[in-house]
Amino acid sequence: MIQVQDIHKSFGKLKVIKGVSFDVNKGEVVCIIGPSGSGKSTILRCINGLETYQRGAILIEGAKVDPADRSITSIRTQVSMVFQRFNLFPHRTALENVMEGPVFVKKVSRTEARDEAAELLDKVGLGDKLGAYPGKLSGGQQQRVAIARALAMNPKAILFDEPTSALDPELVGEVLAVMRDVAAEGMTMVVVTHEMEFARAVADRVLFLEGGAIVEQGSPQEVLRNPQHPRTQDFLHRVIHPME
Amino acid sequence: MGFWERAADYLPLLMEGVWLTLVVTFFSVLLSTLLGFVWAVMTWTRIPILVGISRGFVTIIRGIPIIVQLFYIYFVMPEIGINLSAMQAGIIGLGIAYSAYQAENFRAGIEAIDKGQIEAAHSIGMTDQLVMRRVIIPQAIRIVLPPYGNTIIMVLKDSSLVSTITVAELTRQGQLIAASTFDNMTVFTLVALIYLALSLPLTFLTRHLEKRYSQA
Repeated sequence: MIQVQDIHKSFGKLKVIKGVSFDVNKGEVVCIIGPSGSGKSTILRCINGLETYQRGAILIEGAKVDPADRSITSIRTQVSMVFQRFNLFPHRTALENVMEGPVFVKKVSRTEARDEAAELLDKVGLGDKLGAYPGKLSGGQQQRVAIARALAMNPKAILFDEPTSALDPELVGEVLAVMRDVAAEGMTMVVVTHEMEFARAVADRVLFLEGGAIVEQGSPQEVLRNPQHPRTQDFLHRVIHPME
Repeated sequence: MGFWERAADYLPLLMEGVWLTLVVTFFSVLLSTLLGFVWAVMTWTRIPILVGISRGFVTIIRGIPIIVQLFYIYFVMPEIGINLSAMQAGIIGLGIAYSAYQAENFRAGIEAIDKGQIEAAHSIGMTDQLVMRRVIIPQAIRIVLPPYGNTIIMVLKDSSLVSTITVAELTRQGQLIAASTFDNMTVFTLVALIYLALSLPLTFLTRHLEKRYSQA
């Protein structure tokens, strides 16, 4: 469904991605972990066409992701994205945020879009916040609206870019719970995260990225419980025992 | 005859001027808004040639006095075969001159919108055009409106410059009456009061908007 083939990317002289390849199959949940600056978010942004890449190819069901090409808008309707800082539209209510894509991009009728949006917000536990503006919602609530907004596009896959990193600790759980539900319904997901518990419980596959390259990949059992590469071991050790 | 009797004599002629002042102001603001928006969007696209044209234009316009621009359009253009009425030349001149200030204002408004929102809009498949219409403009308006009010006031006052290219607006009418009656005191006091009366409502509206949006 998503094919990342030997991607290279640099910002000026700085090489941030040095030949990354992986496939994501339909219905699969892939978690990308790794230290900050390892290129995790950049890869996700490349898949969504928010960043260009210099070499290699990214294919979504066979169609090449090229930010400079007109086709990018139709590819983006098939792959939604959830951002670290939610990025809701502050001048629109929760309901309007969710309706925006269906009404203006997919040209769904307003009544139909409104019903669907209300249903989705109810699903993420915000059935009572339809008319609330993002400024009146907590971070966890905002991120759940953002997930509903991504779902409203009826995408083939959703990319999550550190969806809980900007949240107060007590709000992380509610977002992860929603993500787990979405995964359980068979959504294809690529999740950049520092939440090892989530990766362990929900991921089908975990990629460990460092220095712009995949160091190790495999099932959560393999990568998280029994990492083979010393750099993976070191990273996990520091994440799990930060005080040592 | 006291001030008010004389004022009553001059007022009908001055009011003809007021009408033209309002017409010049209205169309100059309209033109400067449209052009200013074009320059601002050209910068926003980040396409080098468009950015270059926009920047270059704004720089040139801001570096030349408005009155010289008006002379150029009214007196020089006919030499290359473009004949405009004084009214047309005045509106085009002021409109172009103020488009440079409008562009700066609009650019600031557009750039104040958080990049993350624009990315989010792109990520649900919005085209640049749709992002502009649904995400940027509705929010930028709040930022742009108070300075926009100030610009209208400035255009209103600077519309007096078109008197120099023979448009019989308020200032020009005043000059004509003063020249024939030698009653400079009454005439120009009236002219000043009329400009003030026209700009005060705009000043209050602008202040009101500034207050309202600084709270939001």
